[in-house]
Amino acid sequence: MVRLQTDPIDPGALLADFCRARTDAGAVVSFTGLCRAATDGQAVETLALDAWPGFTERVMAELEAGTRARFDLIDLIAVHRWGEVGVGEAIVFVAAAAVHRRDAFQAADYLMDQLKTRAPLWKREEGPDGRRWIEPRASDHADAARWETTP
Amino acid sequence: MARVLLFGALADVAGWRERDIAGDSVEALRATLCADERLAERLGRPGLMTVVNQVIVRGNPPVAPDDEVAFAPPVSGG
Repeated sequence: MVRLQTDPIDPGALLADFCRARTDAGAVVSFTGLCRAATDGQAVETLALDAWPGFTERVMAELEAGTRARFDLIDLIAVHRWGEVGVGEAIVFVAAAAVHRRDAFQAADYLMDQLKTRAPLWKREEGPDGRRWIEPRASDHADAARWETTP
Repeated sequence: MARVLLFGALADVAGWRERDIAGDSVEALRATLCADERLAERLGRPGLMTVVNQVIVRGNPPVAPDDEVAFAPPVSGG
């Protein structure tokens, strides 16, 4: 399941729902991405994410399906926020359920790498030093490239 | 006229997000957009994403009237 929303993400509630009444999984791994108060020493007051509602969810769904096909999963969820996000608030939440932990860990890691490098979302930070659009880091692409050689 | 959409820094720099522009290919539309110098600088950067009718495209595909063509900078979600 994927979701794009402007409302705040509640990672605790999402994780509790994801784990509820789940008797088939032996492992659930979740990741929550938060809005930092500073990037590379520059203070951040607000974060704004641009998205393309409809298209963004479609690409997110393709990335989720690709993750399900690659790992032995029972369930997978990705929720991404867009619009204005306050410091300390969640930007993204991913959770993977599997029979054993390795697939759950790897699926959450893989899906995050995919979302960071392929999901149509564009991040802008605003702070006392002005506004700046965030470009993907070389490390983001290096992280995603790990999966091209590691099955 | 194709419906051109801009996202992220491109929309910020251009000051608009949607506009009808004449052009029979992605490259023709991009050339028209490059009349705006600040937009030209952004459109010339590596990693530009081009989407025609909600399908990510490479190269210079033809564009029909009423097609929707989006230009976007490299993504930065997550």
